[in-house]
Amino acid sequence: MQPAPASVPYCEAVIRKFTLAAVIWGVLGFLFGDFIAWQLAFPALNFDLEWTTFGRLRPMHTTAVIFAFGGNVLIGTSLYVVQRTCRAALFGGERLGSLIFWGYNLFVLLAIASYPFGLTQGQEYAEPEWLLDLLLLVVWVLYLIQFAGTLIKRREPHIYVANWFYLAMILTVTLLHVGNNLVVPVSLTKSYPLFGGVQNAMVQWWYGHNAVGFFLTAGFLGIMYYFVPKRAERPVYSYRLSIVHFWSLIFLYIWAGPHHLHYTALPDWAQTLGMTFSVMLWMPSWGGMINGLMTLSGAWDKLRTDPVIRFLVTAVAFYGMATFEGPLMAIRSVNALSHYTDWGIGHVHSGALGWVAFVSFGAIYFMVPRLWGRAEMYSLRLVGIHFWIATVGIVLYITAMWISGIMQGVMWRAYDSYGFLQYSFVETVKAMHPYYVIRACGGALFLAGGLVMAYNVVRTIRGAAPRAVPAPAVVP
Amino acid sequence: MSLFKHHARIETNALLLAVGILITVSVGGLVEVAPLFSIESTIEKVEGIRPYSPLEQAGRDLFLREGCYNCHSQMIRPLRDEAERYGHYSLAAESKYDHPFQWGSKRTGPDLARVGGKYASDWHVRHLIDPRAVVPDSVMPGYPHLLRPLDYHDIGDRLRALRRVGVPYNETAIAEAAHDLEEQALADPASSPAVAQRYPRARLGRAVEAAEEAPVTEMDAMVAYLQVLGTMVDFSRLDPAPLRR
Repeated sequence: MQPAPASVPYCEAVIRKFTLAAVIWGVLGFLFGDFIAWQLAFPALNFDLEWTTFGRLRPMHTTAVIFAFGGNVLIGTSLYVVQRTCRAALFGGERLGSLIFWGYNLFVLLAIASYPFGLTQGQEYAEPEWLLDLLLLVVWVLYLIQFAGTLIKRREPHIYVANWFYLAMILTVTLLHVGNNLVVPVSLTKSYPLFGGVQNAMVQWWYGHNAVGFFLTAGFLGIMYYFVPKRAERPVYSYRLSIVHFWSLIFLYIWAGPHHLHYTALPDWAQTLGMTFSVMLWMPSWGGMINGLMTLSGAWDKLRTDPVIRFLVTAVAFYGMATFEGPLMAIRSVNALSHYTDWGIGHVHSGALGWVAFVSFGAIYFMVPRLWGRAEMYSLRLVGIHFWIATVGIVLYITAMWISGIMQGVMWRAYDSYGFLQYSFVETVKAMHPYYVIRACGGALFLAGGLVMAYNVVRTIRGAAPRAVPAPAVVP
Repeated sequence: MSLFKHHARIETNALLLAVGILITVSVGGLVEVAPLFSIESTIEKVEGIRPYSPLEQAGRDLFLREGCYNCHSQMIRPLRDEAERYGHYSLAAESKYDHPFQWGSKRTGPDLARVGGKYASDWHVRHLIDPRAVVPDSVMPGYPHLLRPLDYHDIGDRLRALRRVGVPYNETAIAEAAHDLEEQALADPASSPAVAQRYPRARLGRAVEAAEEAPVTEMDAMVAYLQVLGTMVDFSRLDPAPLRR
């Protein structure tokens, strides 16, 4: 990675668009999520209107945070990284980039807008109906063309490791998206999937788990491999570990889907494969974490002075925690307790908030000043405040869900001294209430952090000239 | 190690890298998915599983529309407490005509795989309109809007699409879909109309009290779907031996 010669004008306008969209969608997605969290604590918030029930709003939250926030971060950062690490402007230039930007955001907007009206395929994280799936496919292929085209026209002999992860994400998501959305349409707004029952379940979780594995992990590992070394001003800890990490991660992840189907009607052999590979996945995951964390070698002091590094490093730490918890929960006997409970929700959010969102915030705080020609963010103090508000929010969220999830699982299987089930189902629902309130408060803090970021980004962009930064300061 | 030296070839060639990625990520999916279509024991051979009647299928489409799967599973695991709480563990055969499957992944509310026949239809109607009127500590939203007329103008098209993905509706079932739907919703439960011949054990009659000429409501369809869930296989007469896989 050498600095680009002045002769290479990178395409920056399109990356500015993706970055802004990511901030906006992030705040909206956190808002949707926190609202439905309050709905579970206080069901009157469903208003008994068809458009505002939890069942219709939850896909708005998941689509907004995963595909709208996460997607804009991924595409934006990948186009930022690929130009710099290839020393080449984007293949297809600003115009193709702009087309991808508007196409992708049209897709997420239409998808999110369609759920309150009950338009859905009824499969988790694959809710958009078939017309929107087609739109996404077209946009995604354009994105592949732009990214791979830039790789091909690169002026560096080697393809940098971050780009391996991005490329794996783009290619695999294409396979997953097509494989899980094979449907027969009835009308413009209704379709039935080609596969049914047990095969449909397996394909759905092959898709669903690898939406986590590739969209939310491999892609964001690409972010880690570029932004952590850049911000820490240290090279990646180990090149060999990167190679082992990359190939073992993408090979093993694909197998892990059936751990979402333990003890179901999916044949045992498939469940056992899913469990085995999920446990093995712990190793490459921690290999990646070690590679990220050890990059800080000799620069650990920056944790004290640079809140952006704090975001990036904490993200990698949460990645390590979530990728330990995941294999644990994938063990069938643990899963017997954890599945169907809030523990799963807590696990997802320690990954999604702690890892995905934090590494995204780090990347956004790194890119914004560079994209708008400022020396640094408007206020690093606000970045630090964002960090602490969001961290407290995550801790409240995941501890509440650990307690409620394990409690729920234990209550479901509790027997009284006469050998009868001790609790009716609704008694377990009632017992969740305080934890649902705590979780919603945690979510509100995370949302507040997002608003602080939005304010900071706006002030950075509008600030006419780079502002003198009060302590804690870093050398830009 | 020389292995790492060879890697330079991959990381200096974008096409090679892409092909390597595609091969690497294809293995797991192929091994886990493909055999499910060919191994015969994947779906148990049990009697009683039939395609949903048009009214039940219309209700199922509403179940999806409302996103019920976000809080209710339809998959009972072979665990002691689940057998006692919900009934016999779910068979793969019981969801073989489910496009899409609705096994779910979260139980904010209870599992629904065998909710059919557990409550009176009238209970379901009152519960769906105002859950807390029936279960005070419930956190479920109310669905009063289900009392509106059901739109089933394309029910035949829906059955035809389902046939294309493998659900065995015959030509008559598709041609008679709208008629079957009305008949199931409106027939006297004591009678035995054509729809009951085509779809054995289909629950007849309105869920919601209404005048004779009143249209079929979404509530009728939703309740018909809920009432058929888990009732197709008669477990009291089932030989457990062939279920072992």
